[in-house]
Amino acid sequence: MTAPVTIPAAAPHRKAYNRDKHRSTLLTVVLWMAVLYFIVPILWLFISSTKDNGDLFTTFGLWFGRDFNLFANIADVFTYKDGIYLRWTLNTIVYAGVSAIGASLLATMAGYAFAKYQFPGAKVLFSITLGAIMIPLTALAIPTYLLFSTVGLTNTPWAVILPSLASPFSVFLMRVYAADAVPDSLIEAARMDGAGEIRIFWQVAIRLLGPGIVTVMLFTLVGTWNNYFLPLIMLNSGELLPLTVGIAQQQAASAAGGGAQALFSTVITGAFLSILPLIVAFLFLQRFWQTGLATGGVKG
Amino acid sequence: MTSAIKRKQNLFAYAFILPFFVVFATMLVAPLVYSGYLSFFVDRLIGGISFVGLENYLRAFQDPGFLAGLGRTSLFLVVQVPIMIGLALFCALALDSGRVRGSKALRLLIFLPYAVPGVVAVLMWGYLYGKQFGLIGQITGALGLPETNLLSDSNILFAIMNIVTWTYVGYNMVVMYSALKSIPTELYEAAEIDGASQWRLAWSVKIPMIRPAILLTVIFSIIGSFQIFNEPKLLVEIAPTGITQSFTPNYYAFNLAFVNQDINYAAAIAFLLGIVIMIVSYVVQLSTQRRELQS
Repeated sequence: MTAPVTIPAAAPHRKAYNRDKHRSTLLTVVLWMAVLYFIVPILWLFISSTKDNGDLFTTFGLWFGRDFNLFANIADVFTYKDGIYLRWTLNTIVYAGVSAIGASLLATMAGYAFAKYQFPGAKVLFSITLGAIMIPLTALAIPTYLLFSTVGLTNTPWAVILPSLASPFSVFLMRVYAADAVPDSLIEAARMDGAGEIRIFWQVAIRLLGPGIVTVMLFTLVGTWNNYFLPLIMLNSGELLPLTVGIAQQQAASAAGGGAQALFSTVITGAFLSILPLIVAFLFLQRFWQTGLATGGVKG
Repeated sequence: MTSAIKRKQNLFAYAFILPFFVVFATMLVAPLVYSGYLSFFVDRLIGGISFVGLENYLRAFQDPGFLAGLGRTSLFLVVQVPIMIGLALFCALALDSGRVRGSKALRLLIFLPYAVPGVVAVLMWGYLYGKQFGLIGQITGALGLPETNLLSDSNILFAIMNIVTWTYVGYNMVVMYSALKSIPTELYEAAEIDGASQWRLAWSVKIPMIRPAILLTVIFSIIGSFQIFNEPKLLVEIAPTGITQSFTPNYYAFNLAFVNQDINYAAAIAFLLGIVIMIVSYVVQLSTQRRELQS
């Protein structure tokens, strides 16, 4: 494929193109209408998290209730079952954080080696990696569970972290990215200066690969943060659960609870709070993921 | 370069790829092989575990539950994926055309649902669809429209399609938009001087140029569709009759393994599912790449 790869730093062939001359009112209106579809559910979730159970059932979903209950609801979320929500949050941060750092480190090393070294077997190994992108991860979850249970790894944090470390797509992305971001001449120059291969990787390549690494890290982070299937089957103990499984259990309890305890407002507020960290991460790291994704898209 | 230096460099290259391939072998290859191995056995109450060859696979091909689940997934694929990819492509082209006001904000807002965990998305839409305090019912009620049960047996699949579309349009749009941005603008200028319309420009210049990006999103969507699990698992409580034990193959495999304790048959279903996904993705890739190879 001949299309070039976009690198976050610069897109030199793209001139400032005079596009401001024809704004289309029709297209603008159509798109802003379409945005409602994407935003209204999130807005509903926020507004609902400011209501108590009574208002939830009796007031219109897109406007505030009689009382502003957001802070009372947040207090409920964090005191539910002796503060288990905070525990779920910390678990999620640890699982997603360790997985993201580990997976991107492995992918960066492998991608860099595939891009910058010609070694026997490179082609075959890279083809195998590419083929593995197609392997459906959830189809592997059940056999992985069985394997882990024979070695006693189930119901431990490793059961969620280890499977998340293998990310063939990240290797592919880092290889494409490293091919352009690290010039061969720079590596040669460093070798002339007597730098070892490991030092070249850690001190020269890693810096140039920064935007690519951030992209891979963000997407593996989101992958583990949002994962439900794997922790659901791997973990039993309540104190090991991540947010996804915890909230789902809480929701099931509130749906089945009937008159016992109406938890709806707590579930909704907990759900709303759980999406904030990722939204903040995506907002702050825009520059990276918006362009970093092009690397896969253009050469994919 | 002398061969000694070359050999030393090869050694480092292997050292760099080794950690990834250790994880790759233990976390991807080993479960895959183990799943294949398990699928050749049966665990019977009387007689214990015995090798049965392809019996589990023959059973799957005659299992109405599995076949219906596969059919449901195929229907999902044929209906939902084109709608989602079409919407994403339309948004990406519209934003790239520079004719829309507030395009930077639009791009972010359309992408936002991707940051919502699947569990929260399903739970939220479940409430929106539901009768208790569902927003959709409130709005249609206020407009005087007849009440429809969005979670009925015949609607549940479409309700799930909507959740998946809502979550992934933005992600796919960003992939396509990033690819559009890397097309040299000289190509547009030449076409605009020739008087080509925006539609023409999109159809004959932009879409062909970003075909690899579109292909990537299509393949990821196919893989995603076959793996649907969260939606039936979480909606089964509010749509208990519509979502059967074998609603989707992945949900079926889960139920077989953890509810029915039929590990061997679950492994066969998971393995078959993997093979189906790889075949479909490969066929899609081949059929679209043939044209590129010829040119």
